[in-house]
Amino acid sequence: MVHDLQVAFGHALLAGNAEPVADALVSDHIPAEKRLGVHVNNVFGLLGTALEVAFPVVCQLVGTPFFRMAAQAFVTRHPPSVPHLAVYGGRFSDFLADFPPAAGVPYLPCVARLEWARIEAYFAADRAPLDPARLTELPAATYPELVFQLHPSLRLVRSPWPIFLLWQAHQQTPVPPVDTTSGGETVLVWRPDLEVMLTRMSAGDAALIAAIAQGATLADAATAAAAVEPEFDLQAALIGHLERGSFCGWAQ
Amino acid sequence: MRTPHVPEMLETRPPVGWVEVHAENYLAAGGPRLAALERIRRDLPLSIHGVGLSLGSAEGVDATHLERLARLVTRFQPALVSEHVAWSVNSGVYFNDLLPIPYTEESLALLCRNVDRVQTVLGRQILMENPSTYVRFVASTIPEPEFIAELATRTGCGLLLDVNNIQVSAVNHGFDPYRYLSTIPKSAVREIHLAGHAVLDMDGEVLLVDDHGSPVTQEVWQLYAAAIQRVGPTPTLIEWDTRIPPLATLLDEARRADRVLTKAAAPVRPVPEEKRDGA
Repeated sequence: MVHDLQVAFGHALLAGNAEPVADALVSDHIPAEKRLGVHVNNVFGLLGTALEVAFPVVCQLVGTPFFRMAAQAFVTRHPPSVPHLAVYGGRFSDFLADFPPAAGVPYLPCVARLEWARIEAYFAADRAPLDPARLTELPAATYPELVFQLHPSLRLVRSPWPIFLLWQAHQQTPVPPVDTTSGGETVLVWRPDLEVMLTRMSAGDAALIAAIAQGATLADAATAAAAVEPEFDLQAALIGHLERGSFCGWAQ
Repeated sequence: MRTPHVPEMLETRPPVGWVEVHAENYLAAGGPRLAALERIRRDLPLSIHGVGLSLGSAEGVDATHLERLARLVTRFQPALVSEHVAWSVNSGVYFNDLLPIPYTEESLALLCRNVDRVQTVLGRQILMENPSTYVRFVASTIPEPEFIAELATRTGCGLLLDVNNIQVSAVNHGFDPYRYLSTIPKSAVREIHLAGHAVLDMDGEVLLVDDHGSPVTQEVWQLYAAAIQRVGPTPTLIEWDTRIPPLATLLDEARRADRVLTKAAAPVRPVPEEKRDGA
């Protein structure tokens, strides 16, 4: 009986309508529907706030009223499945891509993906970045066969839109104008210590990291990078990754 | 302790006796929040307050969530671990709200089963908090304080008495909060919560909403004084979770609770025999 009641209660909450549980609730000087409304407001209000906190740039791009409307639709369609709100919102980008009212802002889903990558990096496991000095332990001849381990917080976000420029502009007040026709960008997101970092990647560098993420050796990853960027400078790219802490070790 | 206050807590180290955090804000694999909590925990006792175990769920307790909570408890060794007389998960959906349960023999039995399981897995006593409620169920047959007293008796759990929740539910359902207080088994109470609530106007009728977004009201301070008189000095927490104010405002509220505790402690402090005659 309690189980059936909870199923019905859940339906009533997501529908915002007391009908499924009307017979089970006491109505007195305040109708049961209005009392249940407190819970409906709690569910949608608190989850909407959680999304607003996770996606501040998306919220700025569309304005708070639009964002709240979109968040409500998202909560109805994809309510959280686990009591751990740090992992709620991973599907928001896909949802926005299929959300007709948002079609006028075609880069919105990509910005949402970038913001979600920042959330994932923020809550990812802690690992000390690879100390570049450790590489000197290895004979140089073995470098081509090295398989670097990417830092657990590292994410690569590709977009046909200038998402790095858009994100950066929205960290400023007032927001400077952004030329959204300036072309696609790939952004590296990572957290070497306590702060989440973002930087733009060249096509070759992005291919290098994507290949390493698949378990490629350094030689194979460099080939993949050169295939998309003939002028790719492997040494400069590696120095960059070692300095920013993209790697946390190598496979033995 | 909410995240906006963490930097100031670490920097100024205000003289608070202990802090409480929501378990579900610290279930991540890593990151700055856990690092900050490690630093806080070095200096202060900690209470871990769960809001997502859904102990009132007929489906039982989610093993994965309980496992995560157990790891957090092992890592931080809190002085207290608490949860709610409520449910929030059903059929794979987490509602992110503390939802009410009917007060029946069936729900008491399932709640006891779930609390037993958590206490067994964690290897310790947990405290169960009385809810703030807005709806009542036709099926309920047991008054809430009796239901909670029975939960404590059957499972050996402690109680986290939320004085604001008593006030909110008392106004919403028209019962006497002082009578409620007198039914709570005082020896089981290990912690007290205080918070502010919102007042909703429902076509001229008042409904209180436990939104933790304002100062503790006068009625709740009075009820708190009565609660302390009944259960004795008990660790007390000010909850403020929405429209979070500056830390100083929260510390003022905590000092006010401290004064109530100090006043209550004074007369019951045992006086050494030889000094009783004024010698």
